[in-house]
This record gives sequence, C-alpha cells and structure tokens, in this order.
Amino acid sequence: MTRRDASLFVIVAALIAGTGVLQSWNSALAIVNMGLISAIMALGVNMQWGYAGLFNIGVMGFVALGGLGAVITAMPPVEPAWAAGGPRVLSALALGVGTIAGAVMLWRRMRKGPLRPAVLTVWLVAGFFLYRAVFDPAVQAIEAIDPAATGYLGGLGLPVMLGWAVGGLLAAGAAWLIGKTALGLRADYLAIATLGIAEIIIAILKNEDWLSRGVKNVIGLPRPVPYEVDLQESAEFLAQAEQLGLDPVIASTLFVKLCYAGIFAVILLALIWLSETALKSPWGRMMRAIRDNETAAEAMGKNVKARHLQIFILGSAVCGLAGAMMTTLDGQFIPSAYQPLRFTFLVWVMVIVGGSGNNLGAVLGGFLIWFFWVQVEPLGAFLMEVVTSGMTDGSPLKTHLLDSVAHMRLLTMGVILLLVLRFSPRGLIPER
Amino acid sequence: MSGNPYQDDRGNKDRTITNTGGSEWTGAVRSGGRAERVNGDGPFLIGDGMTGGYGTGANILQDCTISVERGEIAVIVGPNGAGKSTAMKAVFGMLTLRGGAVRLNGEDITRLTPQARVARGMAFVPQTNNIFTSMTVEENLEMGAFLRRDDISATIAEVYDLFPVLRDKRRQPAGELSGGQRQQVAVGRALMTRPGVLMLDEPTAGVSPIVMDELFDRIIEVARTGISILMVEQNARQALEIADKGFVLVQGANAYTDTGKALLADPDVRRTFLGG
Amino acid sequence: MDFLNAFVALANFVLIPATAYGAQLALGALGVTLIYGILRFSNFAHGDTMAFGTMVTILFTWWFQSMGLSLDPLPTALAALPFGIVVTALLLLGTDRIVYRFYREQKAKPVILVIVSMGVMFILNGLVRFIIGPDEQRFADGERFLISARDFKEITGLEEGLAIRTTQGITIITAVIVVALLFWFLKSTRTGKSMRAFSDNEDLALLSGINPERVVAITWVIVAALATIAGVLYGLDKSFKPFTYFQLLLPIFAAAIVGGLGSPLGAIAGGFLIAFSEVSVTYAYKKVLGYLLPENMEPEGLVQLLSTDYKFAVSFVILIIVLLFRPTGLFRGKTA
Repeated sequence: MTRRDASLFVIVAALIAGTGVLQSWNSALAIVNMGLISAIMALGVNMQWGYAGLFNIGVMGFVALGGLGAVITAMPPVEPAWAAGGPRVLSALALGVGTIAGAVMLWRRMRKGPLRPAVLTVWLVAGFFLYRAVFDPAVQAIEAIDPAATGYLGGLGLPVMLGWAVGGLLAAGAAWLIGKTALGLRADYLAIATLGIAEIIIAILKNEDWLSRGVKNVIGLPRPVPYEVDLQESAEFLAQAEQLGLDPVIASTLFVKLCYAGIFAVILLALIWLSETALKSPWGRMMRAIRDNETAAEAMGKNVKARHLQIFILGSAVCGLAGAMMTTLDGQFIPSAYQPLRFTFLVWVMVIVGGSGNNLGAVLGGFLIWFFWVQVEPLGAFLMEVVTSGMTDGSPLKTHLLDSVAHMRLLTMGVILLLVLRFSPRGLIPER
Repeated sequence: MSGNPYQDDRGNKDRTITNTGGSEWTGAVRSGGRAERVNGDGPFLIGDGMTGGYGTGANILQDCTISVERGEIAVIVGPNGAGKSTAMKAVFGMLTLRGGAVRLNGEDITRLTPQARVARGMAFVPQTNNIFTSMTVEENLEMGAFLRRDDISATIAEVYDLFPVLRDKRRQPAGELSGGQRQQVAVGRALMTRPGVLMLDEPTAGVSPIVMDELFDRIIEVARTGISILMVEQNARQALEIADKGFVLVQGANAYTDTGKALLADPDVRRTFLGG
Repeated sequence: MDFLNAFVALANFVLIPATAYGAQLALGALGVTLIYGILRFSNFAHGDTMAFGTMVTILFTWWFQSMGLSLDPLPTALAALPFGIVVTALLLLGTDRIVYRFYREQKAKPVILVIVSMGVMFILNGLVRFIIGPDEQRFADGERFLISARDFKEITGLEEGLAIRTTQGITIITAVIVVALLFWFLKSTRTGKSMRAFSDNEDLALLSGINPERVVAITWVIVAALATIAGVLYGLDKSFKPFTYFQLLLPIFAAAIVGGLGSPLGAIAGGFLIAFSEVSVTYAYKKVLGYLLPENMEPEGLVQLLSTDYKFAVSFVILIIVLLFRPTGLFRGKTA
C-alpha cells in the first residue's frame, strides 16, 4: 500500500468519523457495517471483472441467493409444513432436475435429425407436466399451514453463520449453471445471461412462498451476536455502560453493531488475504496472462474457458457470502427489496471508482460509495433547503423539489461514475 | 495492459454488449493540417524520404521514397516484412511520419488526414475488409462516390464497363461474391471518386492465377485512362512485368529503384527476390 | 367443441396483447441494435432513455390538456409525442457531446462505453424520478376502445368478446409506419446508406469520405425517436412507471440479441418472438380449453404454464435456446 492509498483510506475513515461526530455514532457504525459488506461484494465483482474481464451484471441475484442461504439454514423448521409436503416438494425438484438431465442426455445420445428435437420436446413437455403434478399439491399444502406466520418450510435451525457458507455455496451453484451455459457457447454471452438470471432468481424468491415466504418476507432471523434487549437486562453490561457514561439503550445498539463490525472485518481481511495470495500464486499469474492475451495463453495450452468458469464461480460465491451477511445484519429477508440499481450497478460503481483489478481499490470503493449512497440524501436535503429557502412555503415547486431529494442519490452515483471514468479511468487505486 | 486506460478491455469478449467491428486504424493522421503549394516540378505523387511507424511505435520506414507519374503504374515489391504496405499507408497518411514529406500534384499533403487525401483525388483499396459486405454491389459503388454531389451514374456505368460481371450482380450483397469479384468491387468503389491516383494494397492476394491476370489487365486499362496506379504486390514477377516503375524495399528502405523491365533484367534483383 | 369462441378468446387475451407488446419491444430493440451497430456498444441507458422520452411527452400532454387541447378520440399524447422526441434527441445529442465523444476520440474499447452507459443510466434514472417521481402515471385519454367486448358480442352473436383498445390499435399502426420509414431511410437515402456503410466497415466508410460524427449524431436522433415512441406506446397501452421502463431493458436486450445484434430486421423479429412467448406461456388457458374440450374434460386448474411473475424467465430461456443453436441470432447480426 502506497502512502497515497493509505491517505485515501484515511479520508474515507474521516468521512465516516465525521458522521459519528455530526450525526450519531450509531449511523456511523451502520455505514461501517454495510461498507464492510459492500466491500466484500465489490471484491467479488472485482475478481470477475478485474482479474478476468468477465462482465457480471447479475450481482443482485447472487446476493439474494446468499440471503436465501441464511434463511434456509438458520430459520427454525416448520414441522407441520414439512409433514404436509416437504418430501413431496423435494421429490418434485428432483424430478425437475432429472427431466433436464435426461434432456441433456437425450440430446447427446441421439443422432442428428428431425427425430431428436421431436423426442426432446415430448420429453420436456411430459416432464414439465409431471413435475407440476407432483409439485403443485405439495406447495398448496405447505402454503396452507398458518400462512400469516409461516406458510413455508422454514430452515434447518442451524447457526446462522453456517448459513453464510451455504449462501456462498448457493451462489456458486447458480454461477456454475450460468457459467457453464453462457461461457460454453461459441461466443461469450455472460452479460445478458447474468442480467436475465438475476431477474429470474428474484422472481422465484418473490413467487415461491413455500421456499422463503415470497413477498410475505422472512423476519426475525437468528443472530450470531447478542440482542439489544438481552444486553439491557444484563447487570454486567449496564454497569459497564454506566462506567463509560453511556445511555444503556445506545450502548447496547453500539455494542451489537461493533460485534457485527468485528465479525465482518475478520471475514473481509481474510478474503483480501486469500485473494492477494491467490493473485500472487501461479494461478493468479495465469489468470492475468489469460486476461492480457487470451490467444497467447490458449496457445500455451491454458484452458481459458475452465479458468473463466472458475473465477466466475469464485466471485459469485463471494457475492453470495456478502448477501447472506447482509440478510443476517438486517435480520430479515425481503425479496422485493432487491433492485438492480442498488445491488448490481451500485457494486459496479464501487469497483470502477475504487480501481478495477485492485482488491484494495474495491474495498475503498465499497466504503466510499456506500458512504455517499447513505449521505447524499441528507446532504441533498440540506442543499435543497438552502436553494428553496427563498421560495414561499407551500409553493408547488418547493414542495416538489423537497420531495424529490430522495432521487438525488441515483443522479449523484451516475455523476461520480462518469467523473472517475473520465478523469481517472483506472480508478482511485489503480491496478499495479 | 495497454498504455491507454480507455483501451483496456481486460480481455472481455462479451459480444452481447460489445461490437468489435470498429475502426482498426491506430496511427492515422488525426486532426488535419493544411496542404501547402510547393515549388518545382516533381512526380505526380511522391512520398519523399519517409521515416516513421504506427502510432508511437518504432520506425518501420527508414528514409523511404516512393513515387508515381501521371498515368503510370508503380509497383512496390520486396520480401515479407519489408514494409511494403507500410510505405503505401504512409503515403496515404495512415501512420505517423517523423521525417520526409508526401506531395501530390505540386502540393505538400503530409499533414492531411486520409479522408482529406481522398477528397484531393487519392483512392485507396486496402488489402482486406475493402468492401461493404452487407451492401449490394451498386451500393458499394455509391458509397465510394459519397463525397461527390454530382450525377454519378456515368461513373457507375464506366465501372460496369470495366468489370462487366459486376453489372449482372449489382443487386447482390457484395459479401456473397467470389474473391476475385470482391476485389473488382473494391477497385470499382475506389474509382468512384474519379481519383488521380489509385493505390492498391496486394490486390491479388488469395485469388487464382487466372483471376490475377484478369485483374492486372483491368489495372492496365485503368492506367490508360490517365489514372496513376501505386500498387503493393506479393507476386513480384507478374507485377513488375506491367510496371512502369518498380521499388524494391528491404527493411523499410529502398534497395533498388528502376523501371519494371530493368528490375526484371537485373541479375541481383532476380537472384534475391524473384527466385533466379 | 367451439373453435370460433376459443379462437376469439385466444385472440383477445393472447394474440392482440402480444402483438401490441411485440411492437413496443421491437421499437425498443431497434434503438438498441442501431447503437450497437454504429456506436458498437450495448446501451444500458436505453430503458431510461425511453422513460425520459415518455416523461417529457407526459409533461407536454398534461400541458396540452390544461389548455384544453385534445385530439379526441385519439389520446392527447400523440400530439405531445413530437415534442417528446425533440427534447429527447437534444438530451441524447448533449450526452454524446459531453460524455461519449471523448471516448470516441480516445478510441476507447466498447466495453468501456458499456460502463459509461451505466453512468448515464444512473443519471437519467435519477433525473426522471427527480422530475416526475417514481410513481405510476396514466396519461391515456380519448376513446378507450376501437371495439369493445360488448359491441363485439352484439355484432357477432358470439359468447366470447373481443376487445381492441385504441392504444393497441395505435401501437400497431404507429409501429408499422415507424418501421417502414426507418427501413426506407436506411435502404434508400444517402444518409441511411452511409449509416449502414459505417456500421458494416468503419475504416472503409472513412476512406469513402463518410463523416463519422455526422453518422453518430443522426443515429442518436433516430434512437431518440424510436425510444420515445416505444416508451409512449408502452405507457399508453399499460402505464408509465420509471422502474418498469428500467426493467424493460432485459426483454429489449433479449429481443435485439435473439434477432441478431446490429440487424434491424432481427430486432423486430426478436421483439415479436419474445412478446409472444412471454404472453402465451404466462396465459391461463382454462377458458380457451373450456371451449375446445368436451364438457366432462374441462380443466380444473387455470392451465397456466408459468405465473406471470416469471415472464422475464421466458425471454431468458428463449434467448439461451436461440443462442445455443444460432450464436449470431436469427438474422445473423454481429454477435459472435
């Protein structure tokens, strides 16, 4: 890390500290926590774009899958729902997978000719209806079990931090499927494929109530850290808070956030260390060789497609991990909250602004852009107050301007991205 | 990583978002300077003592001189990598000259962009990608005459007279034609500006010997109408046979310069470049 | 067995809506494909350009309505449309001047331009929400139906009604006119041919004296017109909501890619293919089958292959299938 890089990090730290002094330490810590998660997402995208030039615009989908991982691992299982239709849903899913696997087999085994597409179509249509015949009643049964509170299978009731790994694995699995299809074609179709799959994942999460309650959301996820209420009842904690001269309620929220920050920071540091080590290893050198001259690397016998698939899966898994952490931090899983601008393109802004191909840059971008994302609104509101102070109260224009402040953040993100691309195209911390 | 950060695509090959069909020129003279009249007689077109290379790269040409008189055929030959095509592109303004000058018809045009040179009567047929494959033969010719605002039907008829097969295929996409026919379209397109000089970069690359002879005959016909021809050729012997003047280049510099006949007769040239 | 009623039901719920939707997608995809052909990148800001053009048109519509101007029985928005196009064209030309031109001078790689267009997307998205808000707006006025279901039943005496909304009629007629004009322009005018030449072979176009900056400027103007028309038609037919327009990016990209990026004809074919697949796979066929099957075999469920929430999945699956078998798209574009 050069002195310039270090000073950039100091500036971001100062910005967040300023939030602590001027607004509240609670908001500052909230920015730190989401900044840590954003940094991890940015690391994931940076692996794909920075190391391999892969254009993933479906980050949202992997993040959401991560969240699902946390839900199905940590939520308590809903026994009656399992009894009502659990095995049946699972066998339906197995049937679906079997149908597709069978279709692929058929395609490979049969000879070319008019018979092949015909047989394939019949197979797929029959498989689809069979699948629906097994699947639909099971889903109805599950969703009928106390729909206001559960109406889904629930999770496995395991520790939530295990769910982070599961989230990463789910994202990796999805990435394997997409990568296998999109990177395996004659040309590379990853961009449109990821864009599409992200929308599909969100559609599934919104629609399949038996899995994650759909738009009814899953709330009250278990935590890896203590609850504020418990802290406020613990005599020991109250005594310590008094010693520090803090209000017990504030002290408890700060403590919880600090716990999260600690866990997240450890994971972020571990990931940075891992990816830096990997990048310096022969594997990393090969990745860069492929990126800088694919033809030459291919001529040297490097399997470019396999390497691309590998790094695409790794990067997506990191995004999934970040998604699971985020869902845990929020304590709830809300499928409708996943929007491409926030979860795909904002992460891209982080990577580009921070510096494509540089892990420290991605981390810096994650913190900086998240800071702006949060703070543009109050800053904009303040600006608008000043701008409109001359106008008469209640004038339609003034009301409109004040109401529209919320949308300033999108505009600002665009401006930041364009300015960086124009005047510092390699980002704040360039690759070296 | 390339030097220009805007040109670093990190090896991305995603065709759903990017189209690689863009410009491949790297070192073309960018913003145009102006042409200046120069005193004294000289050849119709001359690249005089040219030294330079592509973009900011190393010099490929070393004090290289290429010229052609009005209505004559000049041919550039030489071994692979001698800078034949580079010399021609230098005359056309497609690389950075660090020394020397290009003069056309008594004007110094060294600082003109390739497009401006087209407007002054130079026509260039690149070796590859020299037609609009998705457009019909006739549309290719129309695009060749894009700068002209007068009636171009007479010129189109002239091109069809020169290459009769194109008249039959004028409604066909040029990309569907055979290799030799494509070259005819390419030459026809270039003739549409009614140029003073026609520059051809290996026009016979990849065509059969019969088609090659046919093409050379046409080129002689074009020269007879008063258009100067400057041509780079891989088939040195056949090219020198029709050439009024020949330039043998070696490593970006002039090795031999003489009439086509004299070069064919020169034992040194024969031994070194024409295979005995 | 009642073929006639079954067909009317199918036409009413699948064929007509899908045709209108297909026309809207096709116009959107044409814009994407033109930018891809001439400027050589996929423009992520296209959905938001459509939203911007529609927003301007809506603002003009409201203004006209407040002045009592009306085209009754046609929607007032049609009168506002030309103004929307002009403002959008100015916006795109301005964006090109301030943002994109610099990268052309730098001979930037297309993928850099894709990222640049993401920035423009953010800005336009914010701008639209800032000006008109993120909420849904309905701005269709005038006569609602060309043929209402009741009239149709009375005229034909059929059990099943067929309704054609004015907006669907306008969509289809406008799309046909716009596409015909565009193809005439590209095929028969000097400027149109120079655009095709530039898209085909940029270096040779330069050699022929075609001015790239002029080609680019004309492209932006055409794209502004296409995007605004597509957006306004979609908004009239359904409703205007900035986020929906942003989401249209996926089916529009899918349509352009399925057809073959860079091929205008492909964009149109792709638009209709995607629209028909989306609508027909997510339609509940209970009614149609009810007419076709004997009474005792009538289906119990809705006979809906997929819930409408999965319409994006349909575009995506079609896309993958087409690309697996024809990597260049249906009409041999420049992909691959």
